[in-house]
Amino acid sequence: MTLRFDKLGVVIAAIVAYAAFAAPFATFRANRIVPGQARSVLEALPAALGTLLLAILIIGGIVALLRTPLVLRLAASVITLAALAILIGVAGGLLTPAGNTFARIAPASGFWLLIFAFTLLLADVLTRLDLSPSARVGVLAVAALAIGALLVSGSWDSLSILKEYASRADSFWAEGSKHITLALGSLAAAVVAGVPLGILCHRVEALRAGVLNVLNIIQTIPSIALFGLLIAPLGWIAAHVPGAAAAGIRGIGTAPAFVALFLYSLLPVVANTVVGLAGVPRAANDAARGMGMTDRQRLFDVEFPLAFPVILTGIRIVLVQNIGLATIAALIGGGGFGVFVFQGVGQTAMDLVLLGAVPTVALAFAAAIILDAVIEMTSTKRRADSE
Amino acid sequence: MRAWLPALLRLALLVLLVVFIASPGWFEPLLRPLTENGAPAIYNQGSLLTLTLLHLRTVLVATVAATIVAVALAILVTRPAGAEFLPLSRSLVNIGQTFPPVAVLALAVPAVGFGEKPTLIALFLYGLLPIFENALTALTTLPGNVMEAARGAGMTGWQRLMKVELPLSAPVILGGIRLSVVISLATATIGSTVAAKTLGEVIIAGLISNNLAFVLQGGLIVAALAVLIYDGLSAIERYAARRMGREAE
Repeated sequence: MTLRFDKLGVVIAAIVAYAAFAAPFATFRANRIVPGQARSVLEALPAALGTLLLAILIIGGIVALLRTPLVLRLAASVITLAALAILIGVAGGLLTPAGNTFARIAPASGFWLLIFAFTLLLADVLTRLDLSPSARVGVLAVAALAIGALLVSGSWDSLSILKEYASRADSFWAEGSKHITLALGSLAAAVVAGVPLGILCHRVEALRAGVLNVLNIIQTIPSIALFGLLIAPLGWIAAHVPGAAAAGIRGIGTAPAFVALFLYSLLPVVANTVVGLAGVPRAANDAARGMGMTDRQRLFDVEFPLAFPVILTGIRIVLVQNIGLATIAALIGGGGFGVFVFQGVGQTAMDLVLLGAVPTVALAFAAAIILDAVIEMTSTKRRADSE
Repeated sequence: MRAWLPALLRLALLVLLVVFIASPGWFEPLLRPLTENGAPAIYNQGSLLTLTLLHLRTVLVATVAATIVAVALAILVTRPAGAEFLPLSRSLVNIGQTFPPVAVLALAVPAVGFGEKPTLIALFLYGLLPIFENALTALTTLPGNVMEAARGAGMTGWQRLMKVELPLSAPVILGGIRLSVVISLATATIGSTVAAKTLGEVIIAGLISNNLAFVLQGGLIVAALAVLIYDGLSAIERYAARRMGREAE
């Protein structure tokens, strides 16, 4: 039997070799803002555990390097990622001096590179397995449960990002729910307004170019400027329209952020509705007309179901984009995870930045996977139905 | 009459933009009503011209780097030797798109420090995705008969790439670059939250001191730049498409 190398595996093995032996595994800082001192795998963990981790990493790297069966590669990536996730928590507990509440232990570049390398391996395996949409959501759920279990069990509590969390647990959940409300609420508003507008643009050709051009120009306005520019008109409305202030409309805060996200969301929703409706086969429309369907019936029974996957693609773009953009709302007092990011940047406390950035990325990532699966399910269902 | 109207509007926008950046003082009366308590109406902590040029330079550097890397990667994964990376590269591009720019910026700071560098990294990563996507689409949907003819004419792989594949893909790749530039122009403003010298500085100064005139002028300059550059690149794209006999979308 000859050994054959996997091309991606060569890259992964190189990263693993560098990260495991030449890069720091964890950093120790005497308090949250001073520069840290590097700790390698063997310095951060007791000899037995450190050697075990290195052995797992070497085996994982070799499995990646050689052409091995997919099941083996899947097992190697999952086991290695689990070992890394558990042992970084152990290292955090051991490196923190007893009774010291100022010291901060954070995962260092070597740890992140190892996570990156084995996630790459996992992503490659999952891509090659060509999972069904529901299986992909299942994998996401298992990963979320595993991370949730580690968080609840407290094994990561000694790590710096969770120390930041511990001191602001209440505001974390408050800002988190604000973030989600902003992203989902503006999406809902954009769908309610954008889909009819898209149908109108499809039916009335004279409107189409004009509406899409205006929405295109709105997209070119930088987000921080649009957020800022809405302060004045909303402030004016709050002051002059009776009942507006009572309804929560204010110059600064959530209202301008909501309106800005809504405006950004319109273009993908309207444009995809127009594209989706334009892509409805002429034959389908002709057949519907021949059956004596009214315009309204044709819209709801023929055009809309056929255009649905394309409209859903627009919604996916909007949701992922909104989850990211909602971080900027913090600049105008609109809340959301951006609060921690900008506070962290201001205090040069990177753990605080991570506390805001990690949930944002996780939310956007989960939203993308779930919606991709839904899009695939609706479009394969449609194909299956038509056959 | 219809044909020259958009061109005239664009020319007017360009002239207005240049005049505004060169001597913003002339527009002071227009912006004055937006300020309160005698605050300055025109950004006074630096020249708008310098900031605009720095903004454009940041976007240019990031886009050139992103174009080179994205096109090289797309070429690599569409060759037989790199074909096995194709599905993975698609999923990676998808995953990459879910990272919010603010997060990328903030996370780049500990690695490279404050200033222009984290902005360049964020813009580079964001610029990669649309260009890679378009280059991949272009290279995988080349007309089969043309490729066949090139092979039949005895062209080597390198000759086919340089003389047939890339020129034919150019309009679609340009479309990706255009998208990436417009995104970068707007995203670069966020770079000023980590002290990069861009037009975002004007907007942020306005947000901090509650001066709407600053927010408006910063935002409008960026939007006008984006519209003009978008149109300019669209024109180049149409020209390239005509030359290649491919219909522009």
